[in-house]
Amino acid sequence: MEAPPLLELKGVSKRFGAVQALTQVDFAVRAGEVMALVGDNGAGKSTLIKGIAGIYPFDEGETFFDGQRVTIHNPREATALGIEIVYQDLALADNLDVVANMFLGRETMQGIQLDEARMELAAIETLTSLSVSTLRSVRTPVAGLSGGQRQAIAIAKAVLWNSRLVILDEPTAALGVAQTRQVLNLVRNLAAKGLGVVIISHNLHDVFECADRITALRLGQKVREFITKETNQQEVVHAITAGALQYVPGMKES
Amino acid sequence: MTTNEAPLQSENALLESREQQTLGAYIQTYLQRVRAGALGPLPIIIGIVAVAIFFQSRNAAYLSPNNIVNLIMQMSGIALIAFGVVFVLLLGEIDLSVAYVSGVAGVIATILMRPPHNLEWYLTVPIALLAALGIGTLQGFLITTFQLPSFIVTLAGLLAWNGAILLLVGAGGTVGIPASPFREIANVYLPPELGLGFVVVLVVAYAATQFIQLQSRRAQGLNAKPITIIGIQIAILVVLAVGVVLIVNQDRGLPLIGAIVIVTLIVLTFITRNTRFGRYVFAVGGNKEAARRAGIRVERVRLYVFMLCSFMAGVGGIILASRLKSVSANQGGGQLLLNCISAAVIGGTSLFGGRGAVYSAVLGALLIAMVENGMVFLRLETGWQFIITGIVLVLAVIVDSLSQRSQKRSGLA
Repeated sequence: MEAPPLLELKGVSKRFGAVQALTQVDFAVRAGEVMALVGDNGAGKSTLIKGIAGIYPFDEGETFFDGQRVTIHNPREATALGIEIVYQDLALADNLDVVANMFLGRETMQGIQLDEARMELAAIETLTSLSVSTLRSVRTPVAGLSGGQRQAIAIAKAVLWNSRLVILDEPTAALGVAQTRQVLNLVRNLAAKGLGVVIISHNLHDVFECADRITALRLGQKVREFITKETNQQEVVHAITAGALQYVPGMKES
Repeated sequence: MTTNEAPLQSENALLESREQQTLGAYIQTYLQRVRAGALGPLPIIIGIVAVAIFFQSRNAAYLSPNNIVNLIMQMSGIALIAFGVVFVLLLGEIDLSVAYVSGVAGVIATILMRPPHNLEWYLTVPIALLAALGIGTLQGFLITTFQLPSFIVTLAGLLAWNGAILLLVGAGGTVGIPASPFREIANVYLPPELGLGFVVVLVVAYAATQFIQLQSRRAQGLNAKPITIIGIQIAILVVLAVGVVLIVNQDRGLPLIGAIVIVTLIVLTFITRNTRFGRYVFAVGGNKEAARRAGIRVERVRLYVFMLCSFMAGVGGIILASRLKSVSANQGGGQLLLNCISAAVIGGTSLFGGRGAVYSAVLGALLIAMVENGMVFLRLETGWQFIITGIVLVLAVIVDSLSQRSQKRSGLA
């Protein structure tokens, strides 16, 4: 029998007042696999990942992590499970160096002192394991880094904590060609390390380059799940823009 | 930006950085940073040297042992208050109440010693410091709980604590400090051997920690500062520290309050650089949202900083009261506030938050004391002293702003 998916959502829904943001969505990510989450603006991508992160819990549905049923009430519980989210605005402090940023809020201590040497070693180790190769020194302030390097730091920060599921929100949105390539390689490296990866992107080219599977959302519903190798961009675009909806928006399910 | 996108050199650039850094490479990196605008204490040191040369050329007694002792006395109160201001500035906030909070501390410590209270100094001084801490807690609470601008809350504090001093002392009055160690704190000098021993111990301890750190970093295969640089830094420190003490020992000796400033400098520097709290202060000042998402209790850090700032103002206030052996209705008034905030800024702590160092309080206070003192030497009117201090302040802010901009351009800020 196949191992259960790392994360599995069954029939989750979320409502904000009169707005039904998610309706009966099933979603699964396996360890060692990159799952892309695609959909137009307002399709419910952000609501879905915020629900996984515990920023606001789902109204209905079940969440399974490692085959165990869990309820994630707040971000701290998500972190405890090993779920890390890299947001679009990377949340790095420009005046601090790479090491300080990667360990921010979870510094390694030696008594009352910061254990700089240990943190520096761990940072170098993590960055090396992800083949982040363009960084000259982990002691440069983050402000001095390019967009791709900053994205790499933010991702490496998520990996540092033995996380098992990394969710990336539009990681390539503001990047040039070469930097996008680096970040996509990094995403593949994460999966190769055995982590589950969810990547949200509007750029189907990127999605086809790095994802194993694609989940298309439309108007808060899951339209279809694709296996990247067995589909093409046209099919996915069609699903995003005109996919068949199971539930009529605005109506109670019958 | 593009310059930093180093080519995909060799297998991994980070591994290269783990090799021992050569002296040449270290100096090159340093010069690069300076050119990019990360000036550190460079401008203020140049300023201090320039001011010293200017006044010394006008009056040979300016750098006499006697006057150097005076300078240390004059800068100490300002430096102690400015230490707290540095922390507040690191957050990107301001505290306008520090001068009158220092006044409140001085007045409370004095009044409680006099009839009808007649308390001992070892009670009144801690009570005064607790009062300062309480004021900081109150202001910090208002700022963090109601999300009020620190500018407004501490401006209100400036008014209110000024009022409290007037009520406590009585308008126009002056109250003498009864004979006690409190009255003498600012008038005690370390005996020559003790003063010398004090700095020697500090320099040796500094050298020891530097070498221990070097060893441990090398042992772990991390990039370490070249030993030559450490040697040069220690040599400069020895010459400066021992030199100053030998000079002041020809006069009255090292003032106790000078030693207090140095010890506080070391403790606070350790806090900013080596502790979690210090790291969080920089993080909140650099990117509040990032700090929040990293799980840092941002509002608590801010509260603690305002508490620390008022507490340091209280310490400075005790010293300032002791220097005059009395407190007046104008305690904490005059240009004290301006001097304390200017000291932090002139010393190189950015008004924009996230960048700065504790030592800037000492260097800035020294420069301000040097100008103030030099003006007296040249028998210039006080008006000129204000104008010149104002010009120095503007220069410092221009340097800060320019270095910030050029650091942004070269991607360092």
